[in-house]
Amino acid sequence: MGKIVRITGPVVIADKMKGSEMYELVRVGEEGLMGEIIGLTEDRATIQVYEETSGVKPGEKVEGTGKPLSVELGPGLIGAIYDGTQRPLTVIRAKIGDMIKRGVSAHALPRDKKWEFVPKVKKGADVVEGDILGTVKESKLVEHRILVPPGINGKVLEVADGAHKVEDAIATIETADGKRDIPMMQIWPVRRARPFKEKFDPNEPLLTGQRVADTFFPIAKGGTVAIPGGFGSGKTVFLQQVAKWADADIVTYVGAGERGNEMCDVLVHFPQLKDPRTGESLMERTTLIANTSNMPVAAREAGVYTGITIAEYFRDMGYDVALMADSTSRWAEAMREISGRLEEMPGEEGFPAYLASRLAEFYERAGRVRTLGSDERFGSVTVLGAVSPPGGDLSEPVCQNTLRIVKVFWALDTGLADRRHFPAIHWLTSYSLYVDNVREWWKQKLGEDWKSLRDEAIAMLQKEAELEEIVKLVGPDALPEPERAVLEAARMLREDFLQQFAFHEVDTYCPVEKQLGMLRLVLDFYRNSVEAAKRGIPVAEIKKLPIKDTIASMKRLPSEKFAKEQGKMEKQLMEQFEALLKTRKAPVEEGKREG
Amino acid sequence: MKGEAVKSREYLTVAEVSGPLMIVEGVSGVAYGEVVEVITPDGEVKHGQVLDAYEDRAVVQVYEGTRGIDTFKTRVRFTGETIKFGVGLELLGRIFSGRGAPIDGGPKPIFEDEWDVHGAPINPAAREYPSEFIQTGISVIDGMNTLVRGQKLPIFSGAGLPHNELAAQIARQAKVLGEEEKFAVVFCGMGITHEEAAFFIKDFEQTGALERAAVFLNLANDPAIERILTPRLALTAAEYFAFTQGMHVLVILTDLTNYCEALREISAARSEVPGRRGYPGYLYTDLATMYERAGRIKGKKGSVTQMPILTMPGDDITHPIPDLTGYITEGQLCMDRELHRKGVYPPINPLPSLSRLMKDGIGPGRTREDHMDNSNQLYAAYAEGKDLRALVAVVGGEALTERDRRYLDFADRFEQEFINQGRDEDRSIETTLDLGWELLRTLPEAELKRIDPKFIEKYLRPK
Repeated sequence: MGKIVRITGPVVIADKMKGSEMYELVRVGEEGLMGEIIGLTEDRATIQVYEETSGVKPGEKVEGTGKPLSVELGPGLIGAIYDGTQRPLTVIRAKIGDMIKRGVSAHALPRDKKWEFVPKVKKGADVVEGDILGTVKESKLVEHRILVPPGINGKVLEVADGAHKVEDAIATIETADGKRDIPMMQIWPVRRARPFKEKFDPNEPLLTGQRVADTFFPIAKGGTVAIPGGFGSGKTVFLQQVAKWADADIVTYVGAGERGNEMCDVLVHFPQLKDPRTGESLMERTTLIANTSNMPVAAREAGVYTGITIAEYFRDMGYDVALMADSTSRWAEAMREISGRLEEMPGEEGFPAYLASRLAEFYERAGRVRTLGSDERFGSVTVLGAVSPPGGDLSEPVCQNTLRIVKVFWALDTGLADRRHFPAIHWLTSYSLYVDNVREWWKQKLGEDWKSLRDEAIAMLQKEAELEEIVKLVGPDALPEPERAVLEAARMLREDFLQQFAFHEVDTYCPVEKQLGMLRLVLDFYRNSVEAAKRGIPVAEIKKLPIKDTIASMKRLPSEKFAKEQGKMEKQLMEQFEALLKTRKAPVEEGKREG
Repeated sequence: MKGEAVKSREYLTVAEVSGPLMIVEGVSGVAYGEVVEVITPDGEVKHGQVLDAYEDRAVVQVYEGTRGIDTFKTRVRFTGETIKFGVGLELLGRIFSGRGAPIDGGPKPIFEDEWDVHGAPINPAAREYPSEFIQTGISVIDGMNTLVRGQKLPIFSGAGLPHNELAAQIARQAKVLGEEEKFAVVFCGMGITHEEAAFFIKDFEQTGALERAAVFLNLANDPAIERILTPRLALTAAEYFAFTQGMHVLVILTDLTNYCEALREISAARSEVPGRRGYPGYLYTDLATMYERAGRIKGKKGSVTQMPILTMPGDDITHPIPDLTGYITEGQLCMDRELHRKGVYPPINPLPSLSRLMKDGIGPGRTREDHMDNSNQLYAAYAEGKDLRALVAVVGGEALTERDRRYLDFADRFEQEFINQGRDEDRSIETTLDLGWELLRTLPEAELKRIDPKFIEKYLRPK
């Protein structure tokens, strides 16, 4: 048993710790606060403590537990809300009240709840690690597959049926090392990635129902995304939008060091929202990790790992999982704080030198994989990390190290947010490296070359940016009419396509079919109006076309209605332009004043 | 204090004094965060707290400053307690020092309980989502950056801007429509001048708010380190009023910049690795432990609403203090020097301002159905107008189209009629929204894309 010799904030130093391992979970002080060993020198251990340390004294004991910080995996995860070390917050509240006090512990998975277990293997069958032993209907949306834990292969001697608790053995397997009872619950150390057979390139888009994401900067199932932006640029709202509408089977939302009221927002609103594909409540597929900014900083560091381990566990069942981490900057700051207390040599801006490798390690746990098990099962973990750069300056270490790893960059722009252009994802600075990966999917699914439309739209916005530069110098009147038509169409693209109201009942979620239809209309308008302007129609006339208002109102149309009217709108557009062209026979110099 | 005699120990072994810190050697059983009493050779009693506890050594931060402490005769008493503050209804109507001692000449208030000043984090699962609209009577806040009960909404200001007047006006006018409930104000001054403190107290006295207020004052010439403690006392009192007594509490914290500077001083004295601009790396976490004490709790009546004020050094919103604050609080109200120079009061620039909880605090049944669209459109139009102003500065007014000119006029009228209002003018939410419609009516209807056509029909077209 060890003895505390020093306490400074969340860091405790203890002596007589010989025999302890790195990252071993320990109980600190008389109250048995939860901590983790993060440094060892002979028999002296450095411990980061996941709970508030006020009142702890040198001389108090430290007990090793012999195992690393781990999470409990099994039925009961869905719909739960945990803190960074997987303490169930609703249970804790029932136990000790509205404020979180330290020294409380509770099982992450309810021990006395019985789950209806349906076996999928027969007695006598040979199974390997990762095989499905049976299933539990955990929520209306999630069939929880109970897997043979990694490292266990053999013959099924016994398999249960019916209602069982998570700790009950639901199967007995004869392995090379003897008989093993398999309960529904698995325990897994958070800092170790769960095993799989093979990793593949992501090739299927993770659809979010957000136009700027799906059409412009798509993410793929198993991909990685960074969303950096200053405060107020809408990171959290957009991340929550993705958590709500992404076509993932499971969503793990990690609130690391963010606002309490925001987590409460998720808790209040997710159960009320319906999944557009299944019509069930969104909470039926969601697990929340909430370690708000005022909760102990070390637990914030752990929360990110807790979240990704849970995500991997569902991936192993063959599901597509999306993990949102809001915000990775707070996680990095937790590392910095602990590192500072350890008096480590700081790297850039005081962050520890291992910041880059920790970030890379974390994002590398994303991916589309062939899981363990004898059946061909595929699953994926998509990681979306918000980054909160100080002063909105993207050159800071967390941003830069993240951008070196991730494949999609949704750059939130404070200037756009100030204009209430939401989502404030900037079309010129953002990028996605999955465009070519998902191109084939679009072609098969929608039978259309989405990429050429998308490229045309982005080129139009690029052209707009160039023209805006000229306008800034010489005023809008100096531009020839066809270029003013480009500006007009680009404005339409921004306002009627890219802007999306997160809080509008219809516009909050836009299916891809509708996205493509909307984009096609805007591009039709663009091509026709540039053509018309070239043939002498003043832009002022084009602006008066009623189709402009029709296009402006399409985002509010429910998708079924839009699908019905799309053809009609396209026809109207053509007719109106034709009629307009008929009014002019020859090019006219009009609408041009002396600048 | 119970058990004091058993737990407390006294030492004469101050080994080192440096800045606000003091190192005591030869001690045993000192707890992290323990409260310390320091008795100087002159008999002055100071208070401190343990920042770093070793087996035989303790690093103590002294709240009243270390002047007068020597390494020979100074007695240091470790009390065995963490910092507690006596809370009770008697705190209302009283004025306290930055350490919580009464300074209004009255007796020491009788307390009902002693609470740890650091509080405990509210369990996110126990939080009630804030959604009750607070009408401040100020158009630019109510209409465009709505405040709700349980929110923390800071004022980002600059030296010489009227943030104090605004805070006082909000404290005076804030109400929840159609309700008569128990209300209290907790005022916490950190490093503010005597004049500023007097301004608030006078305002509270005149309006009769003082009897519903608890005032904590750490003035500019009080010890800087005491500022670390003052807001925590204030928030402990606020939590007691809200969650034990069921009151709706508005906490005004001013000026957070002074607080952060005190924190930097301690960090420097401990020779910690500095983060940006010399502020400690844990500034975010430290600020969060205060700001996050705002909120509502399920099943409890009261609420803590925070309005911290901070002056941005050099009006720089990317300075670490406003920057980290903005990442924790649920929005911000940004004061703008240009508006102030134009004589607009309150000089709140709505573009960089934001209220994150607005969406659930407004709409039918709370304010009015058209509120969100009205506000979004005003934002967009004002932003457009401001852009055009910049354009006019370059290319001159002649190059503008009719549409552009309308936007320019809109921006001017918006500043002068919508944002601008009297220091005692208390506008109802209906007045504010109608004013918004009146201004929007000056723009071409086809430009109003953020508004649902049904509201255009109902609110824009009549008259």
